[in-house]
Amino acid sequence: MNADVRRYDLLQDAGPGSRADGAPFPRPPAASATAPPPPVRLRIEGLRVRGAGGDILKGIDLEAPRGEILAVIGPAGAGKTTFLRCLNRMVDLDPNLAVSGQVRLEGEPLIGRPVDLALLRRRVGMVFSVPIPLPMTIYQNVAFGLAMGGVPRRRHAERVEEALRAAAIWDEVKDRLDLQARRLSGGQQQRLCLARTLALRPDVLLLDEPCSGLDPISTAKIEEALQDLKKDLAVILVTNNVKQASRASDRTAFFLFGEKVEHRPTDALFTTPEDPRTADYISGRFG
Amino acid sequence: MNRGTRIIGWLFTSLTGFACLIIVAMVAVILGNIAIHGVERLSLDFLFRSPESGMTGGGIFPAIFGTAALVILMTIAVIPLGVATAVYMHEYAPKRSRLVHGVRLAVQNLAGVPAIVFGLFGLGFFIEFVGRGIDRVLYGGELVYGQPAILWAALTMALLTLPTVVVSTEEALRAIPQAYREVAFSLGATRWQVLRKVVLPQAVGGILTGGILAISRGAGEVAPIMFTGAAYFLPHLPTRLNDQFMELGYHVYVMTTQSPDVEATKPILYSTVLVLLALTFALNFTAILIRSRIRRRLRAGR
Repeated sequence: MNADVRRYDLLQDAGPGSRADGAPFPRPPAASATAPPPPVRLRIEGLRVRGAGGDILKGIDLEAPRGEILAVIGPAGAGKTTFLRCLNRMVDLDPNLAVSGQVRLEGEPLIGRPVDLALLRRRVGMVFSVPIPLPMTIYQNVAFGLAMGGVPRRRHAERVEEALRAAAIWDEVKDRLDLQARRLSGGQQQRLCLARTLALRPDVLLLDEPCSGLDPISTAKIEEALQDLKKDLAVILVTNNVKQASRASDRTAFFLFGEKVEHRPTDALFTTPEDPRTADYISGRFG
Repeated sequence: MNRGTRIIGWLFTSLTGFACLIIVAMVAVILGNIAIHGVERLSLDFLFRSPESGMTGGGIFPAIFGTAALVILMTIAVIPLGVATAVYMHEYAPKRSRLVHGVRLAVQNLAGVPAIVFGLFGLGFFIEFVGRGIDRVLYGGELVYGQPAILWAALTMALLTLPTVVVSTEEALRAIPQAYREVAFSLGATRWQVLRKVVLPQAVGGILTGGILAISRGAGEVAPIMFTGAAYFLPHLPTRLNDQFMELGYHVYVMTTQSPDVEATKPILYSTVLVLLALTFALNFTAILIRSRIRRRLRAGR
């Protein structure tokens, strides 16, 4: 399905009133339904984040096109998670951080202006490093975002199934959707969290070390699911696992102390890193 | 280890143990005394009849009814106010806000104010100021609300128990992992939705506990209602908000200090205290039960 039609669908689902009058992404639906979708979903321009103890990000430029997985690697403290949290303005939750620069979601600036955060976060979905199922059933977890976004109840079942299938967990849970989500195994929980985000049919998917606590089989399942998903999505995958980046991504950006050191197609970056620091990191000499 | 150290160790063990023993013994004596003397007069008749012949006969039903009515009105007033305060402080206010700091300080100080001061405040503020004001404006100066009444007593009691509710609600909110809120936000929930769908359902046990603790505190306090609405003796039950009422704690106080025949009142006094204690303990016990159940559920949820 065409991506813009899909999004238009979401807005219709949302029904009247669920979207604030000042639509944050004014886009004439007639025009966008016919025009080809722009290849770059997310463009990050000079993104800078200042914290209490200095700069966490020091001017990042990056692009995340649809149909690709962009991996962000780097040692702890490189600013990877903060970077991710800027892209759906989750960074707003920490009042100590000052964000400057710009992030554009299909051309629309997101930073430094009032944006409908609820709608933004539906369009830019996020999966956290630790699976955190909400204290409800599997079904309710996946339908949570739908309910919050005002998608009518009768559409939930179909969207929940679609999302659980996309996250490669449908077969494991289809007979026990009323089970408390915390009863699932860690790997299942994380796929449930992925499904929960996908149920909103986002345009961009942000993954913050989604496999850090998982066994290799669960990891493989998630990576496999991502390969299918990226057709319709721009995926940004922050990972501590260099191997995962080399396996699962199309492009890789290497962050170090809040700076983007290198950003190239994954194959090239891993075979012939241009910067010596990149070479040191991917060969495991530090970090 | 030499002999000296061993003796000191033994001494301290016995001393601390003895301190505990004293407390247990005291409680046992108090409760035992009340239970033994109180049971004599206790009967259904006693629970469901009005006092007769100058408190030397009959039952305590108006006092039980008055206590229940007072506590219900107080809860209606204190829960919304306390929960809203705690929710604002923990969920809405910016971190390290001056306002929150001030409110927290005020709540802590409120908890330290002696109950009798609340009583005087209730008399001065609710009755003299608010009540008289209502009378002047709505009733042309006729005395309707400008006098001791169950409404004013309940509001005074609500102020007294407000810190309990605020603190326990805040604790309940703090016990909810921040991650739940983040997840809900990341799924496009608004602040209100996060509160309504994730935070409050999880906090409801803690809020309930606070409410029950407030009730059990309120049910046992006499000073705040002495000037604001409790009556020495009322043959009828309170039916309107501006009626006076009888209350168990106040009834005990009255029977002890104002009875024409102290000896004749004694058995009734014991039984009244027993009922009051049983009521308070039952409420406390319920609170503990709910809290432990919530804790278990939270632990299982991790």
